[in-house]
Amino acid sequence: MPLHKLDYLDLLEAESIHIMREVAGQFERPALLFSGGKDSITLVQLALKAFKPGKIPFPLVHIDTGHNFPEALEYRDRIAEQTGARLIVRKVEDTIKAKGLKEQTGKFASRNALQSYTLLDTIEEFGFDACIGGARRDEEKARAKERIFSVRDEFGQWDPKKQRPELWNLYNGKISKGENVRVFPISNWVELDVWNYIKREGIELPSIYFTHEREVIVHHEHLVALSPFVRVDEDDVIVKKNVRYRTVGDMTCTAAVESTASSIDDIIAEINKTNISERGETRIDDQVSEAAMEDRKKNGYF
Amino acid sequence: MDLLRFITAGSVDDGKSTLIGRLLYDTDSIKVDQLETIQKQSKNKGEGEIDLALFTDGLRAEREQGITIDVAYKYFATDKRKFIIADAPGHIQYTRNMVTGASNSDLIIILIDARLGVIEQTRRHSIIASLLQLPHVVVTINKMDMVDYSEEVFNSIVEEYSKMAATLNIKDVTFIPISALKGDNIVNPSENTPWYTGDTLLHLLENVDVVSDINFSESRFPVQYVIRPQSEDLHDYRGYAGKVLSGTYKKGDAVTVLPDGIESVIEAVEVHGQEVEEAFAPQSAVIRLKDDIDINRGDVIVTKTAHPKVSQDIEATICWMDNKPLVAGNKYLLQVQSRRVRCVVKEINFKLDVNTLEKHENISEAALNDVVHVTIKTASPIVYDNYLSLRANGGAILIDETAHTTVAGCMLN
Repeated sequence: MPLHKLDYLDLLEAESIHIMREVAGQFERPALLFSGGKDSITLVQLALKAFKPGKIPFPLVHIDTGHNFPEALEYRDRIAEQTGARLIVRKVEDTIKAKGLKEQTGKFASRNALQSYTLLDTIEEFGFDACIGGARRDEEKARAKERIFSVRDEFGQWDPKKQRPELWNLYNGKISKGENVRVFPISNWVELDVWNYIKREGIELPSIYFTHEREVIVHHEHLVALSPFVRVDEDDVIVKKNVRYRTVGDMTCTAAVESTASSIDDIIAEINKTNISERGETRIDDQVSEAAMEDRKKNGYF
Repeated sequence: MDLLRFITAGSVDDGKSTLIGRLLYDTDSIKVDQLETIQKQSKNKGEGEIDLALFTDGLRAEREQGITIDVAYKYFATDKRKFIIADAPGHIQYTRNMVTGASNSDLIIILIDARLGVIEQTRRHSIIASLLQLPHVVVTINKMDMVDYSEEVFNSIVEEYSKMAATLNIKDVTFIPISALKGDNIVNPSENTPWYTGDTLLHLLENVDVVSDINFSESRFPVQYVIRPQSEDLHDYRGYAGKVLSGTYKKGDAVTVLPDGIESVIEAVEVHGQEVEEAFAPQSAVIRLKDDIDINRGDVIVTKTAHPKVSQDIEATICWMDNKPLVAGNKYLLQVQSRRVRCVVKEINFKLDVNTLEKHENISEAALNDVVHVTIKTASPIVYDNYLSLRANGGAILIDETAHTTVAGCMLN
């Protein structure tokens, strides 16, 4: 008998594809949240593989904060076209206007929290009963507690105390009308797994993941790109640096890292060496309080 | 490189968090900024030393109360293997969380405080490990530094535990004397225990054989989704997507589709759209059959190996996980793999005391965290295996029909 041994990436992939198919099998109207960042890019690749030779049986949804990197948007549109999946874009800007929402103010004001309003409206508009997201448990300590099928009430709220036990590889997606399930197929992947997978699969990425020269504001230990969305104060130090992005979020609250990495191999080498976590290095919005992520999730954040 | 999933069990004072913290720390899995956050929080709480438990307790309520409420998953890797730790709370009221964490683990680390030896908690965790048929049990006898690294203490605990394990149907047990706090025998062999010649904990975790725990002789393939592109070039394509739970599937294999018992032959096996020689557990695959037959989500494709059971009358050991008690006669949904059917829990045959293994009969209700043996009648036949003989297809859950919550984990027999 041949040796039936799978590499860890194959094991993670097999598990994620199983989850994707459970979503397609259990729900009427699922959607895949796609931002053009490396995690949701991985989700798209997994979805393609899960349903081959058929098409991805759900739309890609982008909740556009209006503060995106143009490179990510260009990439988003191109990938949607290539995969033949339907792309739905809903803008936070529109929600702000329609509902008279108050935006955060201050130096690195972010629309992260407001994103939840647009997401919930979009879920309601299309009647999505499941939203697949690219969150990983290694990202953040509140995420480490989240189930793969995370049930949200009609307000999109996550209640960690009411989580359903998740046993073996059995996922319970039964919900009542108005509720929805956030599904995280790559829960068990860590940052490096995603990079190794992107390398193995030869997946194309938005250019901001690779080194490029950019004007940045040096804010404490973070480098924030100069953009129309960031307020420049008198005492701000602006420098030109070779940077890349470790994660793709909003231009307002996602920091760049100094880097010379111009290939996936370079990136993997850099991540292997770094002693700072992905979120710690790049996400200014997580550092507001000890439970920033937990609190956002309780309010409907994905 | 492969993957090992394991769970740690022990009460808070046994040093479980310290052990996880040490494994993560010694394998460079805690980043500087995460350590700084923990240091800051430790200061806020007014503690002198870094509280490594803060790294594992991710929820506000957990940090406020200083207890672990729910299972968290932690990750680390060495050059040899990747690891997923299910960090489950050890409190008695959280049996369900331990069952949850243990259900997809290949190995359990049971911590014993060297000063206390085998206690009720040890027995409970071992009983759960045996109920869930975890293939490997590692008993770490912790706080060896507190008993002067005494070989006698270690040996007497090994003897005590072995006697107990013999009554529990626990197979592969390994004992390691450790100090999670000082790092003895965790990553490096300890000079303090020259009498111990076995593996360090990490060495064992890196080398324990996971593949041999997979059953390659009985083939189970539950259909999750039917792929029908119905495009011009793939007009007649019909592929059954699922995960190979056990066994192997090859082109030309004669198969039976259960529960209906329809027979056919495999025309092709595909993994990610590529035709392959064979698919094997635990791969996700697509199977195409020669005959155009009606197969739906929930059906199970099996080869001509020993077949699973197909029945509407089922016996099971279940762990009740809901605040609302289980009452004999109540109806639920039973989910086995991708098949979900209505069922009634006809009888609670007995309650299993997870401290003593005693059976209490004449039970009409089961409360949160109770482990009971039940008789279930399903509305239509389900395809399953005895959990003890084929773990991959012997687990099921009960779902509350109106609240939709998962109310029990079931080990079918």
